[in-house]
Amino acid sequence: MGLIDGKLPENVLTTTIDNVINYCRKGSLWPMTFGLACCAIEMMACGAAKYDFDRLGIIFRATPRQSDVMIVAGTVTRKMAPVVRKVYLQMPEPKWVIAMGSCATSGGIYNTYSTVQGVDEVVPVDFYIPGCPPRPEALYDAIVALQSKIMTEKVLRK
Amino acid sequence: MVLAIVFTLIKILIIIVCSLLGVAYMTYAERKVIGSMQARLGPTHTGPFGLLQPIADGLKLFTKEDMTPDMVDKPVFYIAPFLGMVPALAAFAVIPFADEMTIFGMKVQPYVTDINVGLLYILALSSVGVYGIIMAGWASNSKYSTMGSLRSTAQVISYETALGLSIIGPVLLAGSLSLKSITDAQAGMWFIVTQFVAFIVFIISAVAEVNRAPFDLPEAETEVVSGFHTEYSSMRFAMFFLGEYAAMWVMACLVTILFLGGYNGPFLPPLVWFFIKVLGFMFFYLWLRATLPRLRYDQLMNLGWKILIPIALANVFITGIVVYAIRN
Repeated sequence: MGLIDGKLPENVLTTTIDNVINYCRKGSLWPMTFGLACCAIEMMACGAAKYDFDRLGIIFRATPRQSDVMIVAGTVTRKMAPVVRKVYLQMPEPKWVIAMGSCATSGGIYNTYSTVQGVDEVVPVDFYIPGCPPRPEALYDAIVALQSKIMTEKVLRK
Repeated sequence: MVLAIVFTLIKILIIIVCSLLGVAYMTYAERKVIGSMQARLGPTHTGPFGLLQPIADGLKLFTKEDMTPDMVDKPVFYIAPFLGMVPALAAFAVIPFADEMTIFGMKVQPYVTDINVGLLYILALSSVGVYGIIMAGWASNSKYSTMGSLRSTAQVISYETALGLSIIGPVLLAGSLSLKSITDAQAGMWFIVTQFVAFIVFIISAVAEVNRAPFDLPEAETEVVSGFHTEYSSMRFAMFFLGEYAAMWVMACLVTILFLGGYNGPFLPPLVWFFIKVLGFMFFYLWLRATLPRLRYDQLMNLGWKILIPIALANVFITGIVVYAIRN
């Protein structure tokens, strides 16, 4: 929305449009499939029958160009870090990142030379989920928190 | 004269709006139906029963950043999505949704036009759609896009042969290429009875023609990411998506017209009959997707060239002899 950035006052018209667009963004968050380790199994469980991400309109996309949120699920090694960064840069705005599990948030038990100590060293992270691995409910919690964060964002008036 | 033009424009507008809505809610139906088949619920949180889901997806894609990768061939990259969508929508022009009816004492034809080569027109447009795919794959300058588009092109071209051969049966029986005449020729008996082999060949080729499961190799995530639209984001991706689903609708309409008697049927109005049959075939697409695993590439080519085309050729031969014997 480059042309009208910062030119619109806050009135009922702009806030309504913001709300509608945010509602749509929150209702169709397409995550990038980025399973790196055992957390990915829990992420897959979220998509499967019992937890069913599709209820919230979430479907996994294979390509970063069509996804909105990157769920970094698992241990990020030094070798993988440039790839994480590249995939993040390939995603179109607006984009969000969820660091899932201890390894992605802080390196977890792998306090070694070969592991990135938290994925926030390479990409900006919106939500951290603790747990080794976190249960699907915890990932759901992060998604719901992300949805309420999206509802507070400004689209037309930023 | 002016009135006729205005009337046609209104009809075109109605058909385009309806087909776009149909495409959008087809994605909703797909998620709901496949969800039920996999013991899930499908979208429930966006709007009542998740009914706003297609709108949310569309608006989200519309407001996303429109990305153009640095190394792409820009003009071709920009044209390709249009070539993917427009032919599929244009094909709706010749589809007779119902017979001529009288509304407020005025004769209304519920289709845009009835040209005498309607079937050929649809086949030609579906071939033009392949250009969109191959241009997207080539212009994206990405190995996954190129591989996906090559797969898709090879698949569409080889199955188009079987598709074209299988429709010769109904055309021979009806003696016309106009979709309206073909429908009218089935007032007594539907062609699915007399042309059952052609019907089977047609539905298999139709699924392959629109790149749906189990023939969705061009979009096999495990091998080629998202196929030819890997590098496309926001509205350009949405246009490919619209084109793909519109092509599904066109194929469903075509199978209804060619084999299931089009709008013919007892008791209910013609329009209702037409849509019952089309929706039945659309459900068949979803059922296939939830049931069958993807074919391997050589299996796909074997099925097309070694099984479907010989069967379709034999069907043309036998139908020709029988039609010749009866007419003389």
